[in-house]
Amino acid sequence: MSLLAIDGLRVDFADVQALKGISFDIPEHTTVALVGESGSGKSVTALSILGLLPPNARVAGEILYQRRNLLKAAPRELRALRGASISMIFQEPMSSLNPVFSVGFQVGEALRMHLGFSGRKARERCIALFEEAGLSDPASKLDAYPFQLSGGEQQRVMIAMALACEPQLLIADEPTSALDVTVQKQILELIAALQRRRRMSMLFITHDLALARAVAERVVVMRRGEIREQGSVAQVFEAPRDAYTRALLACRPALDRRPARLPVIEDFLRNEASAGRGDAGTAVRPGKQGGESIILEARGLAKTFRSGRREVRAVKGASFRLARGRTLGLVGESGSGKTTLGLLVARLHPASAGSVLLKGEDALRVPRKVFKRAIQVVFQNPYASLNPRFSVGETLAEPMRIHGIGAGKGERRERAAGLLAKVGLPAAALFKYPHEFSGGQRQRIAIARALALEPELLICDEAVSALDVSVQAQLLNLLRDLQDEYAMSYLFISHDLAVVRYMADEVMVMKDGEVVETGGAEALYADPRHPYTRALLAAIPK
Amino acid sequence: MSLWLLAWRRFLRDRVGVAALAVVAAFVALAAASAAGWVARDWSGEVGVSYAPPRFLAAKINEQEDKSAAAAPSGARDDYGIPDPLAAELAEIHARLSGAAAAESRETTLVFGADKWGRDVVKKAIKGGETSLAVGVAAATLAALIGTLAGAAAGYYGGWLDDFFNWLYSVFTSIPYLLLVLAIAAVLGHKGIATVILILGLTGWTGIFRLIRAEYLKHRVREYVLAADAVGASDARRMFAHILPNVSHVVLVQLSLHVVLFIKSEVILSFLGFGVGVDTVSWGSMLAEAPSELILGVWWQIAAATLAMALAVTAFSLFTDSLRDALDPRLG
Repeated sequence: MSLLAIDGLRVDFADVQALKGISFDIPEHTTVALVGESGSGKSVTALSILGLLPPNARVAGEILYQRRNLLKAAPRELRALRGASISMIFQEPMSSLNPVFSVGFQVGEALRMHLGFSGRKARERCIALFEEAGLSDPASKLDAYPFQLSGGEQQRVMIAMALACEPQLLIADEPTSALDVTVQKQILELIAALQRRRRMSMLFITHDLALARAVAERVVVMRRGEIREQGSVAQVFEAPRDAYTRALLACRPALDRRPARLPVIEDFLRNEASAGRGDAGTAVRPGKQGGESIILEARGLAKTFRSGRREVRAVKGASFRLARGRTLGLVGESGSGKTTLGLLVARLHPASAGSVLLKGEDALRVPRKVFKRAIQVVFQNPYASLNPRFSVGETLAEPMRIHGIGAGKGERRERAAGLLAKVGLPAAALFKYPHEFSGGQRQRIAIARALALEPELLICDEAVSALDVSVQAQLLNLLRDLQDEYAMSYLFISHDLAVVRYMADEVMVMKDGEVVETGGAEALYADPRHPYTRALLAAIPK
Repeated sequence: MSLWLLAWRRFLRDRVGVAALAVVAAFVALAAASAAGWVARDWSGEVGVSYAPPRFLAAKINEQEDKSAAAAPSGARDDYGIPDPLAAELAEIHARLSGAAAAESRETTLVFGADKWGRDVVKKAIKGGETSLAVGVAAATLAALIGTLAGAAAGYYGGWLDDFFNWLYSVFTSIPYLLLVLAIAAVLGHKGIATVILILGLTGWTGIFRLIRAEYLKHRVREYVLAADAVGASDARRMFAHILPNVSHVVLVQLSLHVVLFIKSEVILSFLGFGVGVDTVSWGSMLAEAPSELILGVWWQIAAATLAMALAVTAFSLFTDSLRDALDPRLG
């Protein structure tokens, strides 16, 4: 019997159809994963169940919870349900917790409000919940403020809060995407264990298919407000019926194989017959082997940030060499210093110690312009790295103007159009502004800007991390094509081990500002030496 | 489509804002016409009798005067048969005076009345509007320029430069406003429009500085600025070509706010006697004449100046609000 049944749910905003009539069930004591890329409507589905849609949304269809239609329930009824029988865990634990109240007070609030607990009883119950959520020393954590806890601990507090009133349905909206892989693994295990022990149902919303496979019994795949496929985990993952599901499964780089190109969604949707050819290309890309000149060398690079009396050693001495046309992957969790190291190499931050050698010459002696031209950066967030007041044409022409490439406006515009063609955008984009593009397109523009100077080294700082899997695949393919064409070297910084595995020839692992392991990509993934590298690899959901 | 165009479209959807902009534009057009000498050029001409009443009141006032004239004894009084020894001279003086008045032909009423010297109040209000708007806009531009440059430098470079400007800011804001204004007025010495602009501009930059500094602090670490650094853009280029367009909406709104503020400040300064000179007219100097007039029941000059100022300031404020909503929709 199903606890929650959604039937023909449609949600329209002003001029956008967010959900185009979807139907699925959440059986009792079962975890259902709702998988989709951004804009698929998965979060809108969760919000409609809780009755939290913005007032301009028009809703049709039925959401039956224990045979009661939630869409017709009075606001008071819904409020009583929310937090008591249905509760939710959000993506960002930091912004979901109120920073000015202790976490104990915030969890206690749910108990006092829904269950009418008194102060002391709520406190005792809180300690028990914290213990269940796996927080160490729960009694002392009760009086801690959110900023005193780590991201993982905050998410545990959110989980404790969600469990406070013993819900029958737990909705988890991307509960681990803001967390590091090792923490993600712990939280996932916790959620799965709690679901079994408490015999709850769970709706697990994620963009990550591997995660869905790890926690769920049933999977619903969504795209653009429609359900593409639903079924048991075994069926969807072993024998996907829908082309889109197959494409999603194939376009994510895997740890155990390295195809020359990643298949993209369009391959599958356009020509379903040839689907699955991504598996055939297991051959390693014929990378250049040995004998190349060293483009860049770092010797003992270190960076210490000081604020008042506090000192943070972000990078504690990193050394590496990078040859022409090769890719060095830089892996680490948040706070490991990998982004800072990238900025030090590009001289966007002054280093506290150590040196960077550009083709054997100390970077500090190389004129600023020559250096900037040789090393370009693609940043993580395509929404922040383009100046919103510049048209794409101005953005692309700027580096040429500064470095005196191309004579006159006309020639620079022609070159800019050529660059756009290289990254797969039409020349009409020149006159548009960044806000008119999607995340993937913006990242293409950022890559085109870097290419304008024909750099010898491109630093990609989490360049694809903010993008959907299918867009990620397209950009990774593009980056590889460009590398072959321009013989560029890449310093590829990412927290995503699978993506690094796909891109890099050599891999460097960082932890707390230190390089803990360096090695050839093949060898490092096959036989990790350092315990931290092993922990990282073990944490990836298979 | 650029963000400016989008903001302009948002602004056009705001009816109050568009109406306010129309009023502001009318004031600016009138001030420009007066500056060009097309209207109110002869504002200082003494065209009416002293305190000539507005035309719509004229009938009533004339009636009153007729009554009082009738009540008063007329003609030469009979002084017990003694002839007035000065009668001939007085008659001559009377004749000469009325002849002179006839030659000058002063109006007994004007559209909205006259001041003590018989100058047209409407023309004074128009000319005064030119002065007040010019002072407001010029002083606000000066303040915005100082505030933006100082704020950009302090926020972008940080370090000792930031410390220095913050110290300067603290000094300026620690002194009571009027005391500071009067001190600078005393130092600058002579009166005049330029002096008023300098006074207001040099004291009014602090608020703008604080906001712009905060914006630069926020923007200098943004990725697009880092990306500009990566392609080799110089500090000046990052400060003014990259960050400034992204914070210019703050400057624009502040500029507009300060125009309103400085129009009012000019009035206060002129009222206190530190404003524009006696050969110039502004809304403030018109108000300064009001106290002595009100005793005599002459209210039209203060009414004209107040009406014009209230309309301009209100329209400008509403326009500023709409501008802010259009430029920064998140504030909503």
